[in-house]
Amino acid sequence: MAQTVIDTANHIAAYAAKAARVQVIAAYPITPQTSIVERIAELVENGELDAEYIRVESEHSAMAACIGAAATGVRTFTATASHGLVLMHEPLHWASGSRLPIVMPVVNRALGPGWNIWADHTDSMSQRDTGWIQFYCADNQEVFDTIIQAYKLCENERVLLPVMICLEAFILSHTYMPVKLPDQKKIDDFLPSYRPKWLLDVNNPLSHANIVSSEWYMEFRYMMQEAMENAKQLIPEIDKEYGKYFGFEHHGLIEKYKCEDADLILLTIGTMGSEAKIAVDNLRNEGLKVGSARVRVFRPFPKEEIRKLAENTQLFAIIDRGISFGMEGFLAEETKASLCNQKDQPLIAGFIAGLGGRDVTFKTIEKIAKKSAEWMRRGRVEKETVWVDLRE
Amino acid sequence: MVVIPKTRKEMPVTILSVPTVGSVGKTGFWRTFRPVVDYSKCIRCTLCWVYCPDGAITRQEDDSPEIDYDYCKGCGICANECPVKAITMRREEE
Amino acid sequence: MMVSIKELPKEEYLLKGHIACAGCGASIALRLLFKALGNKVIMVVPACCSSVIPGPYPFTSFAVPVQNIIFEAAAATASGIVAALRKRNVKDVTVIGWAGDGGTFDIGIQALSGAAERGTNFIYICYDNEAYGNTGVQRSGATPYGAWTTTTPTGKKERKKDMPFIMAAHRIPYIATACPSYPMDFVTKVKKAKGIEGTKFIHILAPCPTGWRYDTSKTVEIGRLAVQTGMWALFEIEHGKFKLNSPSDGLMDKTKRKPVKEYLTLQGRFRKLTEDGVKKIQKWIDEDWERYLKLVSNSASDLALYGKI
Repeated sequence: MAQTVIDTANHIAAYAAKAARVQVIAAYPITPQTSIVERIAELVENGELDAEYIRVESEHSAMAACIGAAATGVRTFTATASHGLVLMHEPLHWASGSRLPIVMPVVNRALGPGWNIWADHTDSMSQRDTGWIQFYCADNQEVFDTIIQAYKLCENERVLLPVMICLEAFILSHTYMPVKLPDQKKIDDFLPSYRPKWLLDVNNPLSHANIVSSEWYMEFRYMMQEAMENAKQLIPEIDKEYGKYFGFEHHGLIEKYKCEDADLILLTIGTMGSEAKIAVDNLRNEGLKVGSARVRVFRPFPKEEIRKLAENTQLFAIIDRGISFGMEGFLAEETKASLCNQKDQPLIAGFIAGLGGRDVTFKTIEKIAKKSAEWMRRGRVEKETVWVDLRE
Repeated sequence: MVVIPKTRKEMPVTILSVPTVGSVGKTGFWRTFRPVVDYSKCIRCTLCWVYCPDGAITRQEDDSPEIDYDYCKGCGICANECPVKAITMRREEE
Repeated sequence: MMVSIKELPKEEYLLKGHIACAGCGASIALRLLFKALGNKVIMVVPACCSSVIPGPYPFTSFAVPVQNIIFEAAAATASGIVAALRKRNVKDVTVIGWAGDGGTFDIGIQALSGAAERGTNFIYICYDNEAYGNTGVQRSGATPYGAWTTTTPTGKKERKKDMPFIMAAHRIPYIATACPSYPMDFVTKVKKAKGIEGTKFIHILAPCPTGWRYDTSKTVEIGRLAVQTGMWALFEIEHGKFKLNSPSDGLMDKTKRKPVKEYLTLQGRFRKLTEDGVKKIQKWIDEDWERYLKLVSNSASDLALYGKI
C-alpha cells in the first residue's frame, strides 16, 4: 500500500533502504547522519527490515565491511557525512575499483577545522575522483526515489559502480516534508533482487584484487570510465521508467526550469536549486529572462546537457556551496571544462555561497542574478569568482 | 584453467585471478643448491613434506618424498630438518 | 583428532610456483592452515606478504576464494563477509582473516578490536614475521627489543606488544599461539577454533630469513628454538582459561628453558645486541613465564583471566 508520510530526509533514507530490501548494513554514526542509522537500527530490531546490521567502529571499517558483504553477493547500504566520508576515502576507491554496487546517502556537512555541522558540499565534492556516481537531491521525495533508482542503476552490469546520494545537512536531513512511499510490491517489481556479477564463492575460487601490473591496470581503469559513460545514458532512462511506475520523476541529469528562452542561467546543486526557481519567477516578473538548471548528477558530469544549455544563453551564473582551494568552485570548474573547445561558450560567472551552512535564500540568488545580468549587458565578467556576502 | 585475456573485452570487470600452479613461473630456476634424497637412508617420516614452504615435495604412496625440481627454490629446510640426514644440498652445476 | 603428520591430507591449496622468499615461515603456516581446514574457506588478506606471495593477475597461488583488502581493514571486511554469508544462508564456510603483524598489531588493530568486540564469527590468524615484511622489513609493534629493521638500524628500543593478551581483554572465546615448527599443534588449534562460535585469534610465529637474517634452511630450527628458549610460548586461552601446550608446558622450570642467547645468535637482526641487551631480554622472558606460572595455577583453581565467558 502506498502511503504519504511527513518525515525528515534521514528517516526517508532509512525507509528507502528498507524498501530496497538491503541485506547488509554497516554504518557508523556522525552528525547529522545519525538519525539514518538510528532509524535503521529500529527497523532491523523490530523486524521490519530483514537485514544484518553491523555496528562498526569507524567509517573506514564501515566501507570495508560493505565491500566484504557486497563481494559476498548481497545488497549493501551505509551512510555518512563530512569527516566520516573523508575518513572513508581509501576504501571508497577500493569499492569502486571492485565494481561493487553499494549505495550510500551522504549528508553534506562542512569539513573542519573547526567543528561545523551545517550544510556544505565540499565533503562529497572532494570525493568526486573516487569513481563513485554522485546524485544531489533537492527534497525528501527525491531522496527516497533516487535511492531506489540508484540500486537499479548500479546493479546493472553495464554500470557496477557504487553511488552516493547527497543531501544537505539540516536543510533536508532534519526537515520534515511530505513524501509518498510507494507500494512495496511495485518496488519489488521495479527493483528485483540483486544478481552479483562476481562474488566470493567456494565453488568457484577466485582471488579478488591481488597484484595487478602496469600490463593490465590501465584497462581496468578504462572499464570504470566506460561504466560512468554508460551510467550517464542509463540515469535518465531509469528515471523515466521510475516515473511510469510511481508517478515521480526527477529530471534525469539536470533539472531545467525556464531555460528555453533564458539569457542568463543560474547553475546550482542541491537545495539551492529550489531557491533558484523562486528567484527565477521573481526576476522574470521584473523582466529578466533568467532560468535555473539544478545539476542533479555530478558524477558522471553531464557535459552534453551543459553544452546544450550553453547553445542558447549568454551567461551562466554558477553558485557553488564549496570550493576547491587554489582553483574555483566545483561546479564552476567542471562547467568550464565541459565547454572547452565548444562553439557556444557563454560568459561564466562563479559564485561561492553558503559555506558552513550560511543561509542562501532566493533573495541572495536574485542578487547574484542581478549582478550577473549587469556583467552580461557589459559583455564582460568583472570578477571570475565572487564570494557572496563575505565579511570585509 | 585460466585463459590470459587477449582483448579488453575478455577481461573481467575487476581484478579476479584464477588459482594456477606456477603463478609466477617455474620457481625452480631460483635455486643455487638442490636437495638430493638418498632413498636408502630415508625413513619415510614425511617431515620434509610438511615443512616445504613451496609444497614442492609430494608424499608418494610409500610416504617417501618426490621433489618437483621445477618449483623447488632450494631453501634447504628439508635437508636441515631430515632426522637421518637423508637429504643433502648439492650445487646446481654438479 | 589428528595426532600424526601422516594424517594430514595430501591436497595442496597453496599451489607451488608462488613468489614467497625461499624458506618463508609464513608459507609453511599457510600450507598447514589449508591442511587443517581444506578449501571451504573464504580468506580476507590485507596488505601483507601474502598479498604478493600468490603472484599477480590473472593468476594466483591460493586455491580458495580470497578478498584482498586495504591494510587497516581485514577484520572489518571479514565482519561484512560473515554477515553476508548468514544472509545468504550459506553454511559450512569458514571465514579466515590472514594478516601479517602490521595489519594486526598496528594499522589493523582498530578493525580487529571492533570485530572482536562485536563477536564476529571468524578465525583471525596473524602470521608474525615481526616486521613489515612486504615493504622491506621496517619495524612494527611486533618487532622485538633489539632487533634490526630498516627503520631501527641500531636495534629497536621498545618491547613487542603482547597481542594475545590484548585479544584476551576482549573476552573472545579462543586465543592461541602457534609456530610452524610444531605443525600438529597449529593444525589442532585451527580445527578447534573452527568448532567454536565467535571471534577466534591465533598468533603464529613466522620466521623470516629475509627479515631476520639467517640462512633459509634454518626457518623450522629457529622456530623451534623460539619455543625452547621460552621466547615464544605455545598456549591457549579458551573461554578465559589459560593453558600451556607441549612442549611449553614442560618449560615452566627456568632451568628447562634454553638460554635465549642460543636463539638470538642465530639471527643477523640481533647482531648488534650487547650483553646487556641479551640480559634484558632474558629477564623479560623470565618475567613473562612467572606470569604464565601464575595463570596456570589460577586456571587450576578455576579462576579465568577475565571471568568465565
